[in-house]
Amino acid sequence: MAYLGRSDYVVIGGGVVGVSIAWGLARAGVKPLILDEGDLALRASRANFALVFVQGKGVGFPDYALACMAAAERWPQFASELEAETGIDVALRQMGGFSFALSQAEMDQQRDAREKIARETGGRSANYEVLSYRETRERLPGIGPSVVGSIFCPKDGHVNMLRLFFALHAAVAARGCQYRANHGVRTIEPTPEGFRIIGDWGEVQAGKVILAAGIDNQRLAPMVGMACPLKRDKGQVLVTEKCAPFFPYASTVICQGDEGGIKIGSSTEALSDSILTNQSLSAVIAKRAIQVFPQLATLNVVRTWTGFRIMPPDGFPIYEQSRSAPSAFVAACHSGVTLAPNHAFGLAPQILAGRLGAEFSPFTARRFCVPQAH
Amino acid sequence: MFHKLIEPQETLAFTFDGKPLKAARGDSVAAALLAAGVIAFRHSAVGGEPRAPYCMMGICFDCLVTIDGIANRQSCQVDVAEGMVVQSQHGPRVIDGRIPE
Repeated sequence: MAYLGRSDYVVIGGGVVGVSIAWGLARAGVKPLILDEGDLALRASRANFALVFVQGKGVGFPDYALACMAAAERWPQFASELEAETGIDVALRQMGGFSFALSQAEMDQQRDAREKIARETGGRSANYEVLSYRETRERLPGIGPSVVGSIFCPKDGHVNMLRLFFALHAAVAARGCQYRANHGVRTIEPTPEGFRIIGDWGEVQAGKVILAAGIDNQRLAPMVGMACPLKRDKGQVLVTEKCAPFFPYASTVICQGDEGGIKIGSSTEALSDSILTNQSLSAVIAKRAIQVFPQLATLNVVRTWTGFRIMPPDGFPIYEQSRSAPSAFVAACHSGVTLAPNHAFGLAPQILAGRLGAEFSPFTARRFCVPQAH
Repeated sequence: MFHKLIEPQETLAFTFDGKPLKAARGDSVAAALLAAGVIAFRHSAVGGEPRAPYCMMGICFDCLVTIDGIANRQSCQVDVAEGMVVQSQHGPRVIDGRIPE
């Protein structure tokens, strides 16, 4: 058992959310300790689609729609600072993104969602264009005849996930933060000076603790006086052989990485705990992608994998400062890539200041505890 | 660098970048090219460096070549056929941006 001494700031979770917050804290002048699980942890950061995606997000929750847009606007600075500090280009491409509709019902539903977001945000949400099949085909000659139309949002984009994850870890290391793998946390005990954080490896004392442990936030948050209800939402991704660039945009159906591989997704399965891929689901995912881009049918799929999205009950992020232990904070969301600049440039300085301001306070999990009117 | 332990009983003719070569029936394209002394099968689609087979069992995707006009074929997973036209691959496979007729 090791005693790691005392750290003013401890971030629990070394995925993209935790490391973005840790980098933000480090930029603001402190050196958080990052406690992480090992290589076999369920880790959305290693499975995700790496989209910076804004359109369609935040129906019924305008603060989230605006947070996504703010993040998209912060992304160029986030990427360039990371590159300046680490020399790693995360291959940010923000050329816009398409949502494809394969039926009129899908088209109507997607357009209605965007109109609702625009209304609810008083027109401050991201701009978008509704495109017919013909207009879509003028921009993307490769689309198939099953495409009824699409919605294009110029804020959308994507990054190289492996390099983003690597760059964030390199950036916190370069700023002198300690990172401990295989340091899963069993319990957190509030003390008069902060917290005792205990695992099979030993323990550490913390002044402030930030929970960024993905699904495990659900177990950890009550130890510091918060609720963080989450469910696993399984996604499955297919990846093709590398080929020459043909689709530089973002979309939820396909995304071609900067090195040429095409990711095809993205499914959701709420009730599965298995990390195994499901071949019949792969067939559905592939079929839909081929309906949008028929030429994909000639490509070989070289890998498939699954991952678990960290999904709050209403799908929107949870950010909260504990009332009973105000030096404890929690961050849980499924869009850790899109929102990474908010976590580094917005959330971290507010954690350092000791209080979550207007940008994050609407996202408390206390929204799930409102008594129902009868 | 490599040589055959057993003289082939039956040979097949194929070409690599236009050069006529022989293989034993049952040879993979990768094995036949290595036996013929080919070092660079392709140039990486990412960094442009020359590449050759690494695993010979379908995992590493370093042995990619163009076979009968189709790029990104794993040469360790394809048997040589009589008259096969094999080309080294330079850069990524290109897929047509248009709808197949």
